[in-house]
Amino acid sequence: MTGVNDDVPDGIPADVPDGIPDRVSDGVPDGAPGDVPAGVPADVPGRAAAGLPGGGPADVPDGRELLRVEGVTKSFPGVRALDGVDLSLRGGEVHVLLGENGAGKSTLIKMLSGAHRPDQGRILAAPGPEGPDAGPTTEPTRPGTRPGTRPTTKPTRPDAPPDGGLREVHIRSAQDAERLGIATIHQEFTLVPGLTVAENLFLGRQPRTRLGLIDKKTMRTRAAELLRRVRLDVSPDTPVAELGIARLQMVEIAKALSLDARVLIMDEPTAVLTSEEVETLFGIVRELRAAGVGILFITHHLEEIGALGDRVTVLRDGRSVAQVPASTGEDELIRLMVGRDIAEQYPRQRPDRPGPPLLRVRGLTRHGRGTGPVFRDVDFEVRAGEVVGLAGLVGAGRTEVARAVFGVDPYDAGTVEIDGERLARGDVRAAMRAGLGLVPEDRKGQGLVLDASLQDNLTLARLNRDTRGGLVDRGAQRRRAATVAEQLKVRMSGLAQPARTLSGGNQQKIVIGKWLLADTRLLILDEPTRGIDVGAKVEIYQLINELTASGRAVLMISSDLPEVLGMSDRVLVMSQGRLAGELTAEEATQDAVMELALHTAPDTDRARPHETNQDKAPDTDHGNHPDKSAMEGSDVR
Amino acid sequence: MSAELKTGAAAEAVGRAPDQGPGGRRPAEWFSRAVLKNGPLGGLAALVVVMAALSKDFLNGQNLLNVGVQASVTAILAFGVTFVIVSAGIDLSVGSVAALAATVVAWAATGQDLPVWIAVLLGLAVGAGSGLLSGALVAYGKLPAFIATLAMLSVGRGLALVISGGSPIPFPASVSRLGDTLGGWLPVPVLVMIGMGLVAALILARTYAGRAMFAIGGNEEAARLSGIHVKRRKLVIYALSGLFAAVAGIVLAARLTSAQPQAATGYELDAIAAVVIGGASLSGGSGKASGTLIGALILAVLRNGLNLLSVSAFWQQVATGLVIALAVLLDTLRRRSTR
Repeated sequence: MTGVNDDVPDGIPADVPDGIPDRVSDGVPDGAPGDVPAGVPADVPGRAAAGLPGGGPADVPDGRELLRVEGVTKSFPGVRALDGVDLSLRGGEVHVLLGENGAGKSTLIKMLSGAHRPDQGRILAAPGPEGPDAGPTTEPTRPGTRPGTRPTTKPTRPDAPPDGGLREVHIRSAQDAERLGIATIHQEFTLVPGLTVAENLFLGRQPRTRLGLIDKKTMRTRAAELLRRVRLDVSPDTPVAELGIARLQMVEIAKALSLDARVLIMDEPTAVLTSEEVETLFGIVRELRAAGVGILFITHHLEEIGALGDRVTVLRDGRSVAQVPASTGEDELIRLMVGRDIAEQYPRQRPDRPGPPLLRVRGLTRHGRGTGPVFRDVDFEVRAGEVVGLAGLVGAGRTEVARAVFGVDPYDAGTVEIDGERLARGDVRAAMRAGLGLVPEDRKGQGLVLDASLQDNLTLARLNRDTRGGLVDRGAQRRRAATVAEQLKVRMSGLAQPARTLSGGNQQKIVIGKWLLADTRLLILDEPTRGIDVGAKVEIYQLINELTASGRAVLMISSDLPEVLGMSDRVLVMSQGRLAGELTAEEATQDAVMELALHTAPDTDRARPHETNQDKAPDTDHGNHPDKSAMEGSDVR
Repeated sequence: MSAELKTGAAAEAVGRAPDQGPGGRRPAEWFSRAVLKNGPLGGLAALVVVMAALSKDFLNGQNLLNVGVQASVTAILAFGVTFVIVSAGIDLSVGSVAALAATVVAWAATGQDLPVWIAVLLGLAVGAGSGLLSGALVAYGKLPAFIATLAMLSVGRGLALVISGGSPIPFPASVSRLGDTLGGWLPVPVLVMIGMGLVAALILARTYAGRAMFAIGGNEEAARLSGIHVKRRKLVIYALSGLFAAVAGIVLAARLTSAQPQAATGYELDAIAAVVIGGASLSGGSGKASGTLIGALILAVLRNGLNLLSVSAFWQQVATGLVIALAVLLDTLRRRSTR
């Protein structure tokens, strides 16, 4: 039994004797105590004594404890993902879980949502508020609205210590988690692309008519209400496949809301959102907090912690190393998370004088399907030794331009030149031969062959060059992969390890390493540090420095404004498919970039509907299968 | 009744060792661990042990060579299908293509009096060409592989019937030696199977084509963004599958000394089963030639053993189905335990 943090009310022993039957009876409708398996206390006496009558948390400053993790340990072959983690979550708080990738956050979350089971330690949860099977309502659950409704089943184990009303639970499946009122918004989307928004929101628990048919009308009404709550302006009948990544995220959030969870776990919900959408999300989270929901919030954006959080638990190498108030300074948080001081978050070393132009793009245009161009008249150049940032709102056309330059997608007009030589259109191999490389925004969906070894992934882009007479020189591949893996300090057990098992930051290093091995001279990085922790971010920035110092160039698309400002030598800003402006590093401030990004094209030579460009253009989801990626990904190193 | 019992025992034995003799428990544990650890090979070993225990005739050289001959056609087909499955596709046409290729060889050599080597080349070209066509439908026509090769299954069988007029054509004697034995005991089909297996293993592990198959099967978009010409690769993959099918068809016709348009009907399913029993994933990105060989051998050992035990052909089908399910189930368990 590992010690519990200071969250246990004084005088209450933290321990519950082992052997207390697990499997709480939360799925049992109230008033049916007979269904409670013998020996399971449906409620634990002593909560009142502890000063925590099941009353509303609103009047208790820091709410009732809803969930507690005690000394949880989890090992995977070769890795100890969690090592004695403690965590406590109260109603009405936003508890930030902070840690580098691979620190164990995802493993912990998966444990709370039923995907993994702890090897040691235990998870305790407050008894359920009511029969959650009663069906979804659109009201957030208030844990305090159920006094007296709970059957005061005679405790069969009168000596059971009260423990703040928590009982040990074994979460074996997503259904168990749901029954306990725990909802999780995973980083990978779990939506079915072929179904509509409404169908996704109520998947598996659609409202029924008396005849047992799905009550489409009710479903649509409730869906519309949920969408209103997340301020998402789409029809409930929109197929999910038509939504961009930011809207998918909001639908996921709406889906979690519909579960009326008491505990809401959000795994990097802001990673794919623009700042405006982040504000919306924060508004929703604050409402939920006010309603007494306990929120476990994961983010890599430190500035979000102070803005939203109440407490922070820091994980490092599978251990919970600290629990601090959210007001803790960023430097201190980084120090706790990384275990050392990080001198500089954006260590860009700008060249004195950039080299000759490497890439020149002229008048690049791609007509969209109906609603105006995907991008239009895009002109820019990237010089050797430069980092050029490409900023703009999600859906401004940045990714599309990058893909067109790299030859993945075609374009309708304009030219792409490398070293003054025109590049064939829509030909990835020609682009690669000319020295281009693309690190795509969807690392798992487009960057890696997840089940292939690190060696195969690292050498994929130079497979043809390692082939002589049809035979691949595996020895050379191994040597090259080993060299670059060492250079990039990839944390791995060996080159034969599947890419899937690496943490996000290390996965990204593999994708970048692939292009280093392909002798890329101009690397296009699309959201290179999305979902990557501070430590790995800095390593990637240093890598960018090394690249440019050796005369190569980087075109970096990023929605992380501080990153764009901190790392770019020049910033290009796109808005609605056009290049809205260019800023030097000195001119580039948050305000200046945002002004250009929100700027609508002044030359209204052709009337186009603008609002559709706010969201993601329809063509950006190539190979991005939300359903597929929902099954993968783990923080396990 | 006895057949039923034995069939059940045989199917069970793939996953569990016989609990017989003194200290039966420990070998049983050893076996189940061996099966879980070594996957298909452990399964094959367990199956051989059970068959040897149940039938005295099983474990002699001649019978084992018979097993090899019985496995050969399936295995050669399955090697070709392995390429397709590794790249996350499927090829249902291999049985038909095998029959078509053999029919073309016999028609050219016997019917048109072309030199035998030209006839054989023609047959191989027809096989590869059929695959190329399926590949084109998949890569450029964007048809699902299931549909494209289902169409080819029908077209191939139909053309074989058209060319032969529906009746068997005698196979040229020189090619029919492929169905004979060397030195009176070593069956040539087994040698061809081993040779094609080595070629398949080499292609998968060491060639550009093979490594590209794994990349495409693992993540087609990532492969494309890494400069692999996915469409062209698919043509090659399906053409290879067709080529292997043609070889299998020629071996089969050599054993029968005639090309029969209805030969190898349904063999595509055996081939797919062999690949899957061998540990490849139908979702692509994994697979091995050695696994496929073991898969084909498991099917052959099962059929041979059940024949020796005089289990009716009807029950054999049931047993085969159970073994396929069990093998893949075990493989899933094995993967889960190592993940």
